[in-house]
Amino acid sequence: MNILALIMGLLAAGVVAAFSERIHQHAPRWVSLIAFVVALIYTSSAWLGAGSETEEYARQVLPWIPRFGIQVYLVLDGLSLMLVALTAFLGIVAVVSSWSEISERHGFFQFNILWVMAGVVGVFSAFDLFLFFFFWEVMLIPMYFLIAIWGHENRAYAATKFFLFTQISGLLMLFAILSLVYFNYQATGVITFNYFELRNASLDPDVAWWLMLGFFVAFITKLPSVPVHTWLPDAHTQAPTAGSVILAGILLKTGGYGVIRFAVGLFPEASQDFATVGMLLGALSIVYGGYMAYSQSDFKRLVAYSSVAHMGFILLGVYAFNEIAMQGAVVTMIAHGFSTAALFMMAGALQQRLHSREMSKMGGLWVRAPRMGAMTLFFVVASVGMPGLGNFVGEFLALLGAFQAHVPLTIAAAIGIVVAAVYGLSLMQRAFQGVPNPDVGEIEDFGAREMTVMILMMIGLVWLGVYPQLVLDLSAPVITSLGVAGL
Amino acid sequence: MSHTWVNSVLPHLVLTVGLMVLLLVVAFRRSHALAMTSTFLILVVAGALIPQSLAAGSEDVFGLIRVDGYGQFFSGLFLLAAIVTVLISFRYLDHRASSCEEFYMLILTATLGAMVMAVASHFATLILGLEILSISLYAMICYPQEGRLPLEAATKYLVLSGVASTTMLFGMALIYAASGSLSFSALGQPVDNQGENYYWLGQGMLIVGLAFKLSLVPFHMWTPDVYQGAPAPVTGFIATVSKGAVFAALLRYAVISDVLSNASIALGISIIAVGSMVVGNLLALLEKNIKRILAFSSIAHVGYLLIALLVVAALDDSEIARETLMVYLAGYFLMTLAAFGVISALSISASDQDTEQLADYRGLFWSHPVLAAVLTSAALSLAGIPLTMGFIAKFYLFAAGVQGALWVLLWALVIGSAIGIYYYLRIVFTMTQSESTDGSVRANAIPVETIVTVGVLGAAVILFGVYPTPLIELVRGLIGTFGA
Repeated sequence: MNILALIMGLLAAGVVAAFSERIHQHAPRWVSLIAFVVALIYTSSAWLGAGSETEEYARQVLPWIPRFGIQVYLVLDGLSLMLVALTAFLGIVAVVSSWSEISERHGFFQFNILWVMAGVVGVFSAFDLFLFFFFWEVMLIPMYFLIAIWGHENRAYAATKFFLFTQISGLLMLFAILSLVYFNYQATGVITFNYFELRNASLDPDVAWWLMLGFFVAFITKLPSVPVHTWLPDAHTQAPTAGSVILAGILLKTGGYGVIRFAVGLFPEASQDFATVGMLLGALSIVYGGYMAYSQSDFKRLVAYSSVAHMGFILLGVYAFNEIAMQGAVVTMIAHGFSTAALFMMAGALQQRLHSREMSKMGGLWVRAPRMGAMTLFFVVASVGMPGLGNFVGEFLALLGAFQAHVPLTIAAAIGIVVAAVYGLSLMQRAFQGVPNPDVGEIEDFGAREMTVMILMMIGLVWLGVYPQLVLDLSAPVITSLGVAGL
Repeated sequence: MSHTWVNSVLPHLVLTVGLMVLLLVVAFRRSHALAMTSTFLILVVAGALIPQSLAAGSEDVFGLIRVDGYGQFFSGLFLLAAIVTVLISFRYLDHRASSCEEFYMLILTATLGAMVMAVASHFATLILGLEILSISLYAMICYPQEGRLPLEAATKYLVLSGVASTTMLFGMALIYAASGSLSFSALGQPVDNQGENYYWLGQGMLIVGLAFKLSLVPFHMWTPDVYQGAPAPVTGFIATVSKGAVFAALLRYAVISDVLSNASIALGISIIAVGSMVVGNLLALLEKNIKRILAFSSIAHVGYLLIALLVVAALDDSEIARETLMVYLAGYFLMTLAAFGVISALSISASDQDTEQLADYRGLFWSHPVLAAVLTSAALSLAGIPLTMGFIAKFYLFAAGVQGALWVLLWALVIGSAIGIYYYLRIVFTMTQSESTDGSVRANAIPVETIVTVGVLGAAVILFGVYPTPLIELVRGLIGTFGA
């Protein structure tokens, strides 16, 4: 599989989409949809075409800036592959969820969606630290435009806050990357940004600890975790539906991916020393995110805070430092991608119909839109962690592994699941149950287009919940290579 | 011995002769288009002769100037900036001044002064170049427009620049008294105890003078007013050529004379650097005028650049410092000229002041997508975001700073860049918002040559940001011939 072609293809599709608006104002969304479908098929075929023993699905190396030993070094291993596939799939969801939401500048809108996704694919497959940082920022600017141009009433604040948080933490990471490269250069006399070579850099433990911190801060800002999560509720609430779907579904995962691949992968010892803090932040995010979610009256804000809580499981799982917990973190990443993308799509659909995200203006919607109600119920239950669905598997494995590492924090995190049930059911109750709000007239239920993607995501979650082995098999070699102990 | 030195200074000579030709052309026939075309051709020819001037390698001419790859790279940049300024000034002047032809002579003299500074290896040529440049700029600032602001800007620049020049001259005199030499290469030798105090006092005054010209904190007060008052194409010229020339000369001087070996001078420069990064960025936050924002941003950028200078002191080898400066300034030239090109383009038929209020840029994305895209790439590049030249430049600074272990300055760079993102982003955000009700400013059509010029600049910012290897190879090819 040619990863560079995939990335370039998405970028090119973005340009085509931007110009296709001149042909017809709805042409861009078709360009975008087709691009993501092709990307999904292309990625899946690499997966299906490979043998079961494969650990690496694609690799591409090209020179880029030889002066600094920088290469275009792209690799797809199991972890990268499934995240790239998820990216392509959520691209489809994002396009469909904003099918009729956008009323102006269609071309530029789809351009930004495609460019964000191209950046994300690059982040998941770059094994040159410079290239990784490059893509890390490439996905930032189009996302900023998505919020700033098509966002809701308070978009200036939200977009700027999002950009500043990500960018400043990114600067710290850049600092850490360059220092790492320099220390490696001092030891070996070779300037390289190659991930595999830098993994073997011999570093002073103190230095390694500080460098690890640079990466860690950048990643937990993106994840996000308490205390650097405050950009997320604003960005999610103000973003257009497609923006929220992409943010929650896939951009947050780049943070989780980064923690696993770079913070832990490059600095295993330093991360081990840091494990308790990592788990503590995870548990805090779970409890605090749940608590905050419950106190929201805005549908989107509630889901946004629930994301903070779910992302806590990723930190908890990764820093438990055993295979089973880390598997849990990976499954959570995928499952959360489906469930939250669906909930944000729902929030967007409701806003489009009711022109409000306030749950006090909803109520009894099930009667008016039974299909939307049923779908919401399914994904709320999934996100709450009902056995048999993907999120349960992820959170269960994360807790199981974390229990070996730190009992009190695991207990605190488990309480978070109870809180999740409270805010999940209260969301359902306030929006769809109870006395129908008299101010709300007839609303249009989900049509075939929305139902198709919803059902696809349902299938994904059920499959993850019933038979997660495929995902576990994909990520196992990656996790083993990190040197994490089995259970 | 053949006259290879003639070959080496051919670009300079072409400008000098071209200046006279232009004088005659204007004397015989007053035509704006003709003057502009001749200037353009003179600049292009001078630029085309730069490879030729390096054919003989590094060449010392009369002990006054040193023609080498380092200097000629900057000469090339200055010519490029002059060409851009000529192209974007044409229509801009058309709408303002009644006779525009002399403006082009001023551009030529200013460029010549800057090019002399780039290759100066002697105090006489340094001050000569600096004065040719500065005096041309006074006139350029208040040339096309009658009004309070340009006059104020020119006067301010004249007075402060004069103070800076005299400070430098005094410093040079003291250095001469102590060391008995005006040539860079004769400096750096130990002077006797008696002269030592004078010597370092002189060095300090020289650096203060240059810091004035570079508008470093705390000598930066004039910058925002001059940037605002000067016509947009001239502001772009000042921001690039004037600063680039002073910095190129400063680095050459610092490397050869080893002035930074004095710990107090190095410390002083570090403080100035941190101050410029922090103050420049903080003050830019308060501005709503895009020219003033760019003025403060330039203060911060020169502050960043001092890292390259200080690396010279931290390492024995000045190669990485020179390489960083060359790449950084190349990037800075492109993005600054792009930004001022857009401002000039939008100001062509503005009546009193340039189109410089941030609010005037609302909805630019939808009314002039090309200009908006160029300004976006320039702003993101100034902020140092990847995909742009500015990131590669900042990356170089980081790499150099890490090698020199200048941790405090690097932290200041991180903090400064973090603050900077906010106001650069505000420019971009404003352009994405819906148009204000009176679209008067943007109703006009933008001439083709302006669109093409800024379009090429914007494309170059992105292109070199994504694939900087050609530029890096060019710089590394030229750097080998640096001569003391």
